[in-house]
Amino acid sequence: MDADTIAKLMRLSALELTAAETTALRGDLDKIVAFVDAMQAADTEGVEPLSHPIDGTTPLRPDQATEIVRREHLQQGAPSVRDGLYLVPRVVE
Amino acid sequence: MSDDDLAFATLTEQRAALAEKKVSAEELARCYLQRIAADSGNSFITICEEQALAAARSADAAIARDGQTRLLGLPIAHKDIFCTNGVRTTCASRMLADFVAPYDATAVARLAAAGAVMLGKTNMDEFAMGSSTETSYFGPTANPWDAERVPGGSSGGSAVAVAAGLAAGATGSDTGGSIRQPAAYCGVSGLKPTYGRVSRYGMIAFASSLDQGGPLARSVADLRLLLGGMEGHDPLDSTSADVPPTAGAEGERASLKVGLPKEYWQNLRPEMADVLAAAVEALGRLGHKRRDIALPHTRFAAPAYYVLASAEASTNLSRYDGVRYGHRAAEPADLQDLYQRSRSEGFGTEVKRRILTGTYALCVGYYDAYYRKAQRLRRLVRDDFLAAFEDVDVIATPATPTTAFPRQREGVAADPTTMYRQDVFTTPASLAGLPALSVPCGRVDGLPVGLQLIAPHFAEDRLLALGEAFQRETDWHRHRPPAARDGQAP
Repeated sequence: MDADTIAKLMRLSALELTAAETTALRGDLDKIVAFVDAMQAADTEGVEPLSHPIDGTTPLRPDQATEIVRREHLQQGAPSVRDGLYLVPRVVE
Repeated sequence: MSDDDLAFATLTEQRAALAEKKVSAEELARCYLQRIAADSGNSFITICEEQALAAARSADAAIARDGQTRLLGLPIAHKDIFCTNGVRTTCASRMLADFVAPYDATAVARLAAAGAVMLGKTNMDEFAMGSSTETSYFGPTANPWDAERVPGGSSGGSAVAVAAGLAAGATGSDTGGSIRQPAAYCGVSGLKPTYGRVSRYGMIAFASSLDQGGPLARSVADLRLLLGGMEGHDPLDSTSADVPPTAGAEGERASLKVGLPKEYWQNLRPEMADVLAAAVEALGRLGHKRRDIALPHTRFAAPAYYVLASAEASTNLSRYDGVRYGHRAAEPADLQDLYQRSRSEGFGTEVKRRILTGTYALCVGYYDAYYRKAQRLRRLVRDDFLAAFEDVDVIATPATPTTAFPRQREGVAADPTTMYRQDVFTTPASLAGLPALSVPCGRVDGLPVGLQLIAPHFAEDRLLALGEAFQRETDWHRHRPPAARDGQAP
């Protein structure tokens, strides 16, 4: 896996790694890709992908609002809140 | 009954002792809390002494009024992946080290409503990603059979709590083997129910199409008791199955056809093969007939599992952004810096590996070769099982290829795929969403071995009845680890 691919994966994953971490993870990812590449030996021509192990559709519930608004309760664990809003660094200069 | 005998009694026995007023729920809770305090195996992340004693006292009051609920006064532990209102839920990650959930997971709420007493929250691999309980931010857990070896994972803390007499039963979660493998390594019984049997609401998500909560306990009869307290349709989980409860629907059958898939049984180490062959003979003595079968796509299951589980994890874990809850980096320069540093500081190495692997599998250019390929293989693996179940009632396999492996040495970089390969016997049933049970069936060099039994979707009752019969024929589930046998906390 080349340095550009690793950089792209880190950007997409919003992860920032040290040089030493990057080197170690790059080696690991090469091994993991080799491990999962064993899949390529299987003939899956014409096989429908399966995303859910149990057949059948997700049951629908009545179209009614069931959410209870408990904003204060839910925001108790938030790192930074003011007036019921989550605070982040300034995004518009 | 001595404290030791009390701590190692089954839930079924404790339930009878409580009903006959031979012991109180408070005495039972205190017995375990003392043992947990004296334990050096690091199987708990959080101990809930006050809550446990309060719940035990209210159970005693209910018992005095002749109240009866399924699990009234029985002391259990929860894997720290289940949200508990007011008690921190860490998922063994720095990311959630101080997280207190504002609600209970459905499984937790149901067990509490059934009268169970929560002793604490057990250690695990970070975000359930691992097979050794070594990736926990709170340090590794030791196997009570040999402290130099891992207890398995990711539900390692729960398996150890049960094996070492620190809880009578425990909850776990199983994505690719995380209940069955630690149960096998620690000599306890563990059940991964059918996908959808137990609600995932409030069980922190790893890979949503695979995650399933279930019980670990000292006997299969106890698993049945705990499952009865956890299962059932939940409108809060859109994949929760609306099916009848497990209890006693099918009952024990005189003669089952037990399939032995050659892909699992060939190339086993001779010492493992001997122990497991004896377990199959025990099934034969119960009147069940063995059939040799084939599940030809088995070897593709572990690679397909690692692609799908990592892809789903990379998506699920995108919620940890340092904004709404969880770890937040100090003095971020801008929003991107806040996201990146919060995540990079909050997640451990194995979690980062899985996120990057999953992101890779979902990238344009690799999506078809990895993610789609794995989904196609998932169908082939599942169809192998469905075809086999046209001829057999149950499938029996080793739970793991080896006994518990040694703990990783500090500073030694290990190949992550060595551990991934350990999941070769548990990932197929996970991909297929099938219920699977691990029961202790012997020992190799003093370390427990597990027999895995797999049944068709929602046939937990058949599985549990067979496991109960197996445990009437054998006594491996009664064996205690050496430290506990010597009368000391391990």
